[in-house]
Amino acid sequence: MSNFITASIGKKFMMSVTGLFLMMFVLVHLSLNLMLIFDDSGDLFNMAAHFMATNPAIRIMEPVLALGFIVHIIWSLIITLQNMKARPVKFAKRDQKNASSWASRNMLILGSLILVFLVVHIMNFFWKMKVSGDPLLTHVHVMQGGTEVAMENAYALVASLFKGSMCYGVLYILGSVLLGLHMTHGFWSAFQTIGFNNTVWRKRLERIATCFAVIVAVGYSIIPLYFMLKF
Amino acid sequence: MSILNSKIPEGPLAEKWSRHKAAIKVVSPANKRKLDVIVVGTGLAGGSAAASLAELGYNVHAFCYQDSPRRAHSIAAQGGINAAKNYQNDNDSIYRLFYDTIKGGDYRAREANVYRLAEVSPNIIDQCVAQGVPFGREYGGTLANRSFGGVLVSRTFYARGQTGQQLLLGCYAAMNRQIAKGSIKMYTRHEMLDIVKIDGKARGIIARDMTTGEIKRFGGHAVVIASGGYGNVFFLSTNAMGCNGSASWVAYKRGAYFGNPCFVQIHPTCIPVHGDQQSKLTLMSESLRNDGRVWTPKKKEDAVKLQKGEIGPNDIADEDRDFYLERRYPSYGNLVPRDVASRAAKERCDAGFGVNNTGKAVFLDFKYAIQRLGEDVIKARYGNLFQMYEKITDVDPYKEPMMIYPAIHYSMGGTWVDYNLMTTVPGLYSIGEANFSDHGANRLGASALMQGLADGYFVLPYTIGDYLADEIMTPKVDTNAPEFEAVEKEVVGRLEKLFNIKGKNSVDHFHKQLGHIMWDKVGMSRNEQGLKEAIEEIKALRAEFWKDVFIPGEMNTLNPELEKAARVADFLELGELMARDALDRNESCGGHYREESTTEEGEAKRDDENFVYVSAWEYKGDDQEPTLHKEDLIFENVKLVQRSYK
Amino acid sequence: MADVILKKIYVKVWRQSSPSDKGRFETYEVENVSQGSSFLEMMDILNEKLVGEGKEPIAFDHDCREGICGMCSLYINGRPHGPDTEITTCQLHMRKFSEGETITVEPWRAGAFPVIKDLIVDRDAFEKILQSGGFVSVNTGGVPDGNAIPVSYEDAEEAMDAAACIGCGACVSACKNSSAMLFVSAKVSHLAKLPQGRVEAKKRARNMVAKMDELGFGGCTNTGACEVECPKAISISNIARLNREYLLAKISE
Repeated sequence: MSNFITASIGKKFMMSVTGLFLMMFVLVHLSLNLMLIFDDSGDLFNMAAHFMATNPAIRIMEPVLALGFIVHIIWSLIITLQNMKARPVKFAKRDQKNASSWASRNMLILGSLILVFLVVHIMNFFWKMKVSGDPLLTHVHVMQGGTEVAMENAYALVASLFKGSMCYGVLYILGSVLLGLHMTHGFWSAFQTIGFNNTVWRKRLERIATCFAVIVAVGYSIIPLYFMLKF
Repeated sequence: MSILNSKIPEGPLAEKWSRHKAAIKVVSPANKRKLDVIVVGTGLAGGSAAASLAELGYNVHAFCYQDSPRRAHSIAAQGGINAAKNYQNDNDSIYRLFYDTIKGGDYRAREANVYRLAEVSPNIIDQCVAQGVPFGREYGGTLANRSFGGVLVSRTFYARGQTGQQLLLGCYAAMNRQIAKGSIKMYTRHEMLDIVKIDGKARGIIARDMTTGEIKRFGGHAVVIASGGYGNVFFLSTNAMGCNGSASWVAYKRGAYFGNPCFVQIHPTCIPVHGDQQSKLTLMSESLRNDGRVWTPKKKEDAVKLQKGEIGPNDIADEDRDFYLERRYPSYGNLVPRDVASRAAKERCDAGFGVNNTGKAVFLDFKYAIQRLGEDVIKARYGNLFQMYEKITDVDPYKEPMMIYPAIHYSMGGTWVDYNLMTTVPGLYSIGEANFSDHGANRLGASALMQGLADGYFVLPYTIGDYLADEIMTPKVDTNAPEFEAVEKEVVGRLEKLFNIKGKNSVDHFHKQLGHIMWDKVGMSRNEQGLKEAIEEIKALRAEFWKDVFIPGEMNTLNPELEKAARVADFLELGELMARDALDRNESCGGHYREESTTEEGEAKRDDENFVYVSAWEYKGDDQEPTLHKEDLIFENVKLVQRSYK
Repeated sequence: MADVILKKIYVKVWRQSSPSDKGRFETYEVENVSQGSSFLEMMDILNEKLVGEGKEPIAFDHDCREGICGMCSLYINGRPHGPDTEITTCQLHMRKFSEGETITVEPWRAGAFPVIKDLIVDRDAFEKILQSGGFVSVNTGGVPDGNAIPVSYEDAEEAMDAAACIGCGACVSACKNSSAMLFVSAKVSHLAKLPQGRVEAKKRARNMVAKMDELGFGGCTNTGACEVECPKAISISNIARLNREYLLAKISE
């Protein structure tokens, strides 16, 4: 395995593996978040959030997830910088619209915008829940399996953000769309890089990628939209 | 008895090569390391020779003018490669391949050479398969074959329509293995400009580094010319733009006799010339004639209207179409050999029935095949060819007939060599299309690739040892020797002279004029008067060239005009020799058609009374006429018969 | 064939006298070009005109002019081999351009392909990659009969699909990263699909990728531009195969 990490394919492999991992996270995260719109009392979402906050397996995965993000981001910078160096003199006229999609050529831009969104997102929720705390998070009691369990009112935090500000709603929809765009390329590209592709699977993967991207973009957008429209 | 010694071994035909191999000398591995071999050209012949010689242990120095050996024009061969494998169980054999080749060449090739070619042909396929050439396969996993014009068996191996490319990539891969090991020193973008002889033996070359313009000396114990054919003497041909006859020409000037210069092959199915801006002709595979029907209008007025663009080909009813090949040659029809099909097209166009705005084209129509087989079948067979045709001409061949016209394709003539592939200069070898070869007066389809690889893989590596075994005591060639000094001075002097003319006309201006003379008078149809005129016209053009050519840029940088000028200067001499040879050979045979030698029906007539010989021309000096030597061809195994395709 | 003549077009060409020269664009007028002429024939006409004016013609690589040698390598109006698909520059015809148009012509741009002169670049990097492992290690002679090892029809076809690569470098210039992955993957796939090439498959993938990286090509980010601009339509499925071959080779190392 010598030099694997520094070889071009090795570096891409890191992007691919972390990307696949992050996509799994995005899917899990989405399914949990959708509970926000199925129970306006907030109990369902609060239970889910409580489960995620207390389950030891999930706790272990948290730093792994952070590592996934960090590797994905750092490697993307290394790769992009090296790739830019491979063409010291640029073309004067470039017409790429027929040959490749905008998203595929601009993954770094998409990724950077998503990163900005991610920071805002963490400040909004994760930071408040885990570090600073927030008056909205005062404990509520939810019936779980016949007993009453005390837990943080995460639902209130989310609901107040979207109810309180139109800007945040728009920002979150924009973030979801960017994430979806990132995945129109990222999804099938990850499979291509680990070698899982051929002429038959190419079309399938591209279609699945489109579906996946739409589900992510639409799925996440529904949540702020729901709060903005309903309340 | 001529002074030429072809060194054909004694014994029965089938045993000549084995006996010869047993008799010739072999160099020990320890001594091979001390010997340098220069290979000029890296197509199928040069590439396979360079790789095989390096594998044996010689130090090989290989040269090509392209930026990579894999760009040599062998790459453009489409159809396939013949081999007497008899995989189809159709009674093919070495003898049958030998016989077809001799007959196809109109009985103007050496029996022994052709037999050897057929004998080693199966090994070529094995070798290429082992290298990873992706030949077409049957569903059961065995190698597939297709049939080709002029033969009764199916013996052509192919890799789609890119057989030449795949074979060349195979032999380039073999070269790469040796380049990586250091056994081959590869010089790309280098053009050989002269050969250096010491004590009468070839001992090195002078080459120009085309990137820097530097003139360099290279020494070797033997020099192998594998620089391909000289079809570009006609300006327009199916050859690559850079293909040239210069290496063979300097060999000639340094004492190697030139064999059968007038034997060039004209391919009947090329995309016609569109106008005077044309730079090159594109070949459409001969296989198209399997399903296409060739025709011109019956009525001259229709032809005129077509030329003016007033009507289209589909406006002409079937009964007004003259399927002239089917009319003249009922038994072979559209599948007559290349030379016959080419001449028939020219005859129609000369008579005023040609189409296209130039009047120099005939139709190749797939309407009938599409009606019979359906468009899908035709698409499966020729889809990529049709697509290429449409890209070039903007005409959809599914809807309108293709237009085709003959074009110069291959040169059977070349440097004269003996059975060992050595020229009349000791230590100077010539292989592949560059030598006068095994094809006689006409080459069969799919035989060029076979000959190039046979020479390079399986003949030269043996026969060169016979010469080099006596050179093991010769030390590394000193390129500071006065002989190198003198030749380099000549080369530089010639380039400077060319460069300093500073005339008014470009190299292409002269090349195009030469092309016109060659095509009109030394082309598909030749006669005494025309050939005599051609000789004078070429002389005059040459004189004008040396007075009036203009080469811009600088000598010592990359200068494509200078490269072209040096090549055209040689073509201006070679063209004259071709005309002389054509004038001497007052018979029609294969690709060489003399109007004086025809049957009553207007077909080509060979003259076996007077012309069963190889013409080998000896250079006598710039102002002297060359001397013709004749190597009599002796046929002990085949009977000479007149070809007929009626 | 209708022969439409372009009365006047403008050609904006990169001129660079030597590798060390800074280089610049120059614009030339070309008159009376038949739309039936190929792009390179238009360049011939322009060069003929320049020679007539006593100027140095534009140097560009070209040879077979029938789309197979891979020598021609012009970047025309922002696309390798110009505005058409599945063709090389020499197969591009002037009917793709219109009267009065300004056509921008550049050399391939990549750190691994330095400019030698004008539009000619040095593509020796490709040869070095091939020398690092693009072969089957067999000597001439002593090989088994051609039919001794059966190869399935599908495998032979897939190998041929990859082997059709002409090594022109369009993939590198089409790629935003100047990656040579399509070229390398075509070469690796061609031999990986055949039993004759399998024997050394691992070593080949390792060595060729290492050489590719060493020579300064960028990495692949799967934009797919190479496949679209490839004159032989080599599929990026080959890149997936190369990734697979390489990963397996590295794991077993």
